[in-house]
Amino acid sequence: MLNFIDNIDPQTLARELGLEQPLAQTRRGFLKLSGGAGLGLVVGFGVTAAPAGSAETTVPVNRFVEIDSEGLVFVISKHLDKGQGSATGLATLVADELDASIEQVHVRFAPADAARYKNLAFGMQGTGGSTAMANSFIQYRQAGAAARLALVKAAAAKWQVPESEIQVSAGQVSHSSGKSSDFGALASMAATQTLPEKVELKTPDQWVYIGKSFPRVDAKNKSSGAPRTYGMDFKIDNMVHAMVARPPRWGAVYKSMDMTAAKSVKGFIDARPGPTGVVVFADNTWAAKKARDAITIEWDFAASENRSSDQLFSQYRTLAEQSGPIAHRHGDAETALGKAAKTVEATYEFPFLAHAPMEPLDITIHAEADRVQIWTGSQLQTIDQMVVAGIFDLKPHQVHIETLWAGGSFGRRAIYNAEYSAEAAHVSRVWGKSQPIKIVWTREDDIKGGYYRPMYIHKVKAGVDADGRLSGWHHRIVGQSIFTGTSFESFVVKDGIDHSSYEGTGDTTYDIADMTIELHSPKVGVPTLWWRSVGHSHTAYVMETMVDQLAQKAGRDAVEFRLELLKNDPRKAAVLKLAAEKSGWGGVLPKGHGRGVAVHKSFNSYVAEVAEVQMQADGTVKVVQVTAAVDCGVPINPDNIRAQVEGGIGYGLGAILRNEITLTDGQVDQGNFDTYEPLRIGDMPEIEVHIVPSNEAPTGIGEPGTPPIGPAVANAIRAATGKNPNRLPFTKQGFA
Amino acid sequence: MTQLKINGVNQSIDVEPDTPLLWVLRDHLDLTGTKFGCGEGLCGACTVHLDGEAVRSCQTLIGDIAGSDVTTIDAISTKASQAIQAAWQELQVPQCGYCQSGQIMSATALLTETPKPSPQDIDDAMGGNVCRCATYARIRKAVHRAAELMEA
Ligand code: FES
Ligand code: FES
Repeated sequence: MLNFIDNIDPQTLARELGLEQPLAQTRRGFLKLSGGAGLGLVVGFGVTAAPAGSAETTVPVNRFVEIDSEGLVFVISKHLDKGQGSATGLATLVADELDASIEQVHVRFAPADAARYKNLAFGMQGTGGSTAMANSFIQYRQAGAAARLALVKAAAAKWQVPESEIQVSAGQVSHSSGKSSDFGALASMAATQTLPEKVELKTPDQWVYIGKSFPRVDAKNKSSGAPRTYGMDFKIDNMVHAMVARPPRWGAVYKSMDMTAAKSVKGFIDARPGPTGVVVFADNTWAAKKARDAITIEWDFAASENRSSDQLFSQYRTLAEQSGPIAHRHGDAETALGKAAKTVEATYEFPFLAHAPMEPLDITIHAEADRVQIWTGSQLQTIDQMVVAGIFDLKPHQVHIETLWAGGSFGRRAIYNAEYSAEAAHVSRVWGKSQPIKIVWTREDDIKGGYYRPMYIHKVKAGVDADGRLSGWHHRIVGQSIFTGTSFESFVVKDGIDHSSYEGTGDTTYDIADMTIELHSPKVGVPTLWWRSVGHSHTAYVMETMVDQLAQKAGRDAVEFRLELLKNDPRKAAVLKLAAEKSGWGGVLPKGHGRGVAVHKSFNSYVAEVAEVQMQADGTVKVVQVTAAVDCGVPINPDNIRAQVEGGIGYGLGAILRNEITLTDGQVDQGNFDTYEPLRIGDMPEIEVHIVPSNEAPTGIGEPGTPPIGPAVANAIRAATGKNPNRLPFTKQGFA
Repeated sequence: MTQLKINGVNQSIDVEPDTPLLWVLRDHLDLTGTKFGCGEGLCGACTVHLDGEAVRSCQTLIGDIAGSDVTTIDAISTKASQAIQAAWQELQVPQCGYCQSGQIMSATALLTETPKPSPQDIDDAMGGNVCRCATYARIRKAVHRAAELMEA
């Protein structure tokens, strides 16, 4: 997600986001905020409180590294860690250059302050598009190296010895004379040292942690239910609880309500209409929920989206038969298809998908006259600040955000219009008093809440010539644009074509000489959003099952056929070969088993997956084994790379097997984990992840593991049964 | 007023009897280790031990459990729970971590009953605990590892 920002014109971004001054483009092509006053977001960056229970204070050695008097190192994370391990990744980069010990390193989230903590790939503070490590790789190592140099200078001054004679190792600063010190005793002095503009970074052979699986900084807290970890755990004195009864159809408008029954709920305070629904205020979460259930609300559906998903699909099917705007074209697909000896034609249907992060959304807000404080797992802090400031008629720097750990996101917390933060601002205004308010979403609110991965239909025709070589590819996609109508529209949508709807097709590195991609983007009143891997979540499925069928038509091996098409993409070819080799590709399988492969590049990383399935007596599929190979550049933390690929596979598999959001007359049919049944432990295959060693710059890993699993399993099902699961989820065709 | 013991401490809870134990723990006692995931007994994030048995605290009404003994992730400390928590860290199980309190409470109950669980025992005992980050492969390994640690 948000990988489009590289191509954005900074002036447009500034205007759209309402920045006070335009952004300047730097040499490296990244967006950079101009000057300290640019955003008006300068937040005091003084001494910060140490972890709960300690009265210690920390000294900021630089904006990313703080050290306390005990010698603990706090890495200030500009990125939200919602499970993907970025906090540990940033800690690894700093600890390596700083020569800190593993035990002394902790992570805190940065305040919302784009001038200091922007994502270098976005030009604003935010996390997404699997960019955390890619954009921080140099920056955080420099921060660690600068902090180390500051400690060395401080020690040299204190001990009256040359800097060159000082050693730093595993958290200890020492001199050959036998003098030594931990970081804590040198921290204050270190913070005042004048440093050169550029500090030297280690060479890869000097790395002590990079490439070696630094243990997760959050594993202990997350294995012990530590307090005040997630937004859901946040509590502050004098806090009011709120839940919102949102309209049952998008675009419905509040008419009236009857709250008589709610009044007998102990702890209920009041219910008032607000811009996003009826806000129910109470003393505690349960009272808010119970009171909300007891209120009946009348809505006006005159202008709402009242269609069913079946109707939408039949409209999409009609469009899929009509030629549409060209999204991408190279060569001449028509002519090449005309010359093809054999062709494959297929139509695919993909449902709406909810993200359903484990922690439902929550946020606490406290609005005062000239200051708003927010506590939540904020993923796009700058946008949250901008939008909330606008609602209170404040400047963005007057909106303070304390970012807390998030119990998952998969895209849901990165919202282009600050949706749930904006709602919190409205709730606070509806309440009217300067009092902290915590808003909790139930699972039903989450599943029915929209911002789904859009529904899509793909209709594809591709051919192979008499020599068994690919000849012509015509591909038509029908599906809602995620970006049209949002403040990002002008960056991503060009001439009505939303790049995120077809990424992963026309830009394939398969050597396909003649290819046309058409895109219909019907308008639907259901809000949509990026969902782990965005467009790749459906395009990889189509590309990789089509290529597989073409190989079959040509009578060729699926791996060999792909390798021939990958002559110009050695990295993609390498992961494919590695996954094939490690999976025992081509070996004999037990009866009723099938093996399938898929390889896809997304977020600049390459992932190949081989799935082995076992068909059950009732026609359903069990995925028994997945062998993955990945190249994401320098593997900063191999164990986390494996974890993200394992999780990405599980996340994709659950969706492919049985997840869909459907609408009946505009109302969402699903509500909780009974009707939106997630992957469970018994569904989880054995997974092996192999990492290609690399010296290339690190690229994404939170998302790229997801796209190949669907097509790998689909190809395995075809190998086992001869049938094509082209309608998702698999439950639709009886495979799950 | 409901009297019961929570993490070894006697508590008198003054809430409506139909209040789920989950919200008593989280909102009234500030024991936030136990998580809210679905509120309908479908995800296991809210798992606690009630008189030694793993239960879904979102489905356990406070009025029904007077006199019981409740243990939550915030305070659990048995041989099995220590082994589980050690294995969880050794194998780096948590990602977002939000499900893990519940996973650990279910896994602890399993190992307390069945010190050497089979893969099927694990799938059965842990089937009610959802992990949206899909850490399941590591959960399986970590339960086996904890069983080893308990033997040692
Ligand atoms: S919150 Fe209790 S089972 Fe999900
Ligand atoms: S670790 Fe995220 S839901 Fe389990």
